Amino acid sequence: MWRQLTSMRTALLLLLLLAIAAIPGSLVPQRSSDPNGVTQYFTEHPDLAPVLDKVQMFDVFTSAWFSAVYILLFLSLIGCVIPRVTHHIGALRARPPRTPIRLSRLSDYSEVTYGADDGVKADAAAAVSSARDLLKKSKYRVELYEAPATRTSPASISVSAERGYLRETGNLVFHSALLLILLVVGIGGGFGYTGQRVVVEGQSFVNVLGDYDSFSPGRFFDPAQLSPYALTLDEFDVTYETENLNAYGQAIDFDAKVTTKTPGGGETDSSIKVNDPLRLGGTDIYLLGNGYAPTITVKDPDGNVVFTDSVPFLPQDPSTLTSVGVVKVPDGLTKQVGMVGFFYPTAYPLESGAYTSTYPGLEYPLLTLNVYTGDLGIDGGVPKSVYALDVDGMKPLTGGDTGVDSIELMPGQSTELPNGLGTIEFVNENPQKGSFAGSVHRFASFDIHSDKTQLGVAIGVVFVLLGLLTSLFVPRRRVWVKAYDNDDGTVRIEYAGLARGEDPGLADAVEGIAYRHGTELGVDRE
Amino acid sequence: MVDLNSFSLLALWSATALYALALIAFALDLGRRSAEVNDASHAVSSAVAASEARSEVTAEAGGGVAVKTRPAAKKRDDSAPQVTAKRSPSLRSAMALMVLGFLLHVAADVTRGIAAERVPWANLYEFVMTGTMLVVAVFLVVNIKVDLRYLGTFISLLVVSLLCMGTINFYVEVAPLPPALQSAWLVIHVFLATTAMGFLALGCALSVLQLIQARTEARGAAIGDLKLKFMATFPTAHRLENLAYRTVIVGFVLWTFTLIAGSIWAEAAWGRYWGWDTKEVWTFIIWVIYAGYIHARATKGWRGSRAAWLAIIGFGTVIFNFTVVNIFFNGLHSYSGL
Ligand code: HEM
Repeated sequence: MWRQLTSMRTALLLLLLLAIAAIPGSLVPQRSSDPNGVTQYFTEHPDLAPVLDKVQMFDVFTSAWFSAVYILLFLSLIGCVIPRVTHHIGALRARPPRTPIRLSRLSDYSEVTYGADDGVKADAAAAVSSARDLLKKSKYRVELYEAPATRTSPASISVSAERGYLRETGNLVFHSALLLILLVVGIGGGFGYTGQRVVVEGQSFVNVLGDYDSFSPGRFFDPAQLSPYALTLDEFDVTYETENLNAYGQAIDFDAKVTTKTPGGGETDSSIKVNDPLRLGGTDIYLLGNGYAPTITVKDPDGNVVFTDSVPFLPQDPSTLTSVGVVKVPDGLTKQVGMVGFFYPTAYPLESGAYTSTYPGLEYPLLTLNVYTGDLGIDGGVPKSVYALDVDGMKPLTGGDTGVDSIELMPGQSTELPNGLGTIEFVNENPQKGSFAGSVHRFASFDIHSDKTQLGVAIGVVFVLLGLLTSLFVPRRRVWVKAYDNDDGTVRIEYAGLARGEDPGLADAVEGIAYRHGTELGVDRE
Repeated sequence: MVDLNSFSLLALWSATALYALALIAFALDLGRRSAEVNDASHAVSSAVAASEARSEVTAEAGGGVAVKTRPAAKKRDDSAPQVTAKRSPSLRSAMALMVLGFLLHVAADVTRGIAAERVPWANLYEFVMTGTMLVVAVFLVVNIKVDLRYLGTFISLLVVSLLCMGTINFYVEVAPLPPALQSAWLVIHVFLATTAMGFLALGCALSVLQLIQARTEARGAAIGDLKLKFMATFPTAHRLENLAYRTVIVGFVLWTFTLIAGSIWAEAAWGRYWGWDTKEVWTFIIWVIYAGYIHARATKGWRGSRAAWLAIIGFGTVIFNFTVVNIFFNGLHSYSGL
């Protein structure tokens, strides 16, 4: 009954192996959680990275070796749980086992002799029957046994009681629920998708495949799954700490005010915050990033607009929002023009002549740009990142060794492009006297997820918890009460208990039963 | 505001000082225990034949040392220590110092929270402050039920070292919560994690003692020949193992809750309940190691010392996660404030 499972050792070794196998996942950046980190790792360790990549070090948690460990572990789990389930069903039906001959061998043992002096009139049979009722009331399963007299011991009658089957039930529920979670994640994960989209204030996003900046579907994804809705970012409000000088300029609130439109549902205003996603049309929309998107207009020498857009600049430093971005003007000028720019929300000149930003709000916004001409590389059909410009092979016209100063613009200002290419304007989105507030649009980057596993995993987790708690804290114990009729008319009663596993309460429980049994029998206690 | 925070810092330093004094008193107690064991062993050797030196010895309070010999232990798991320590003024004052330190510690924590107008566990300095407070709280509370005062040296050493490290290296001024941390889950998740740490710390201390004790018992040396004499006043390895198991499973359950609360929060904040972020990886590793510990206790050949090693390694990873991972590993959980 209390037998050890032979495969426990395998399960244990696999568990420990699983822990060890997970470690590299924290030492090396992972494609799944930190793709930029992986790129950077390749740049920093050009020799080591390809070797690590060969052994799937950048995809530890989907790697062949990690999968092997957990699949083996779960096979072992299935192999272990199934026989235990059948065994346990049997145990639930079985009668509590026969009372051991010599209870005094057990660790929690006591005996007492009661007689008329104590106010007890019961004989052995009556005493045991009252013990049986008592144990039954305390949720024990009970069974009466009689033992005839032998050479070493007189005839006795006893009750064998057992409780705590829930402990094993809980253990089995726990392990099965782990399996459930693995299955739900393994299969359900294939039906979901995640996508990212940057939206500038005033712009909209439509939930169709082509409108995502990046999109990763699960294995069983079907584009028809995308529910049709449109989302407009009306305003992106940021609140900065201004009172506490130790944290001056720290962002304390991001609030993306959006309007959503669904085919049947009309328009709804909502707000999306960090920690507070918008649940819409079976998807969850998360606010994961933000920054500035300076509006830039480029005109040819005749004054025709050849480019105008709010270009998202990527923040380099979240505390001051110094940001980097690129502007690509493929058509309309005599040559293709690319610009690499820095944006400083609150610019401050360093001694070197370069700038830095000292505060993330728009106190003294400044845009600096270096201009290049040449092949932007976007005609080849290969998609290029909108945030990067490959300047190899392009001709710099400003900055560096060109002898021409970089372009520097504040909102509302415009200037000539070098070589008579045309003019450029940094558009002020909110021209008002004395303040730059709202002069530059902000953008919000949204993660849009559809995850079909959540409910299944949540149910699994509830069972894991219930199973764990019952399995660890419900004591499984056996108690025996045995009575003998003595020749002098008294009864001798023995009490004993046995626990499975750790059971600090067993001694108290046996003692308590003995005491209450005495009371039931009418023992005088003054 | 600023004044409350300076008060908090002062209270924390005072608490640290009291814990350090407690550490000294705990150590004195160990020394005294060793001396007592020495006396007892001399008493034994003069009272009974050397061959019976393993028998039980009771050192009674008051005057000399009463020696009571019993026949060879009847039950294998007799959990009584070989030598019962006398009531010790150093142990009592150590506990009193711990309680006093704890009160100041609570004051430090609460005032930090009031000064920051939020829960005081949002950066590494505050994690350390609150984490060690809960370690001490668990130690003091568990002591009401089971006498574990002999773990005081370990606990006070751990707490003093962490506090010194926290206050000297990680101190940051009060700052408001960044949007990512503005969630009720911060309160729940971090609180569960730090309370779990308290129990796992006790489990680790008990497991260390269990290992030492098991080694001594295996050698079967007479108490006079023990290297760490005070060990004779501690419970048997078997009893220590059971105590360790009981504290670890509480810690494990709390850690399971930590993991789940963390996933729910991650779902709200980052759009996925599990993403193998560095901190998530380590939370998982810790969970699996302790699951291994629980399994080991039910596995032939692993019960006992090997299981104890797992509990110790497990706590090692908890501390690693709490310090090194917080400071040096990049990830979404970069809230150390450094
Ligand atoms: C996915 C991997 C596994 C994990 C995370 C895991 C975790 C746990 C945990 C946390 C416990 C303690 C709670 C309880 O008793 O329910 C436990 C107990 C137990 N597990 Fe597992 N387990 C795993 C796989 C297995 C496998 C493969 C076996 C079969 C060989 C197994 C057999 C047992 C047994 C017999 C117990 C009871 C131990 C006792 O009574 O102290 N487990 N497991």
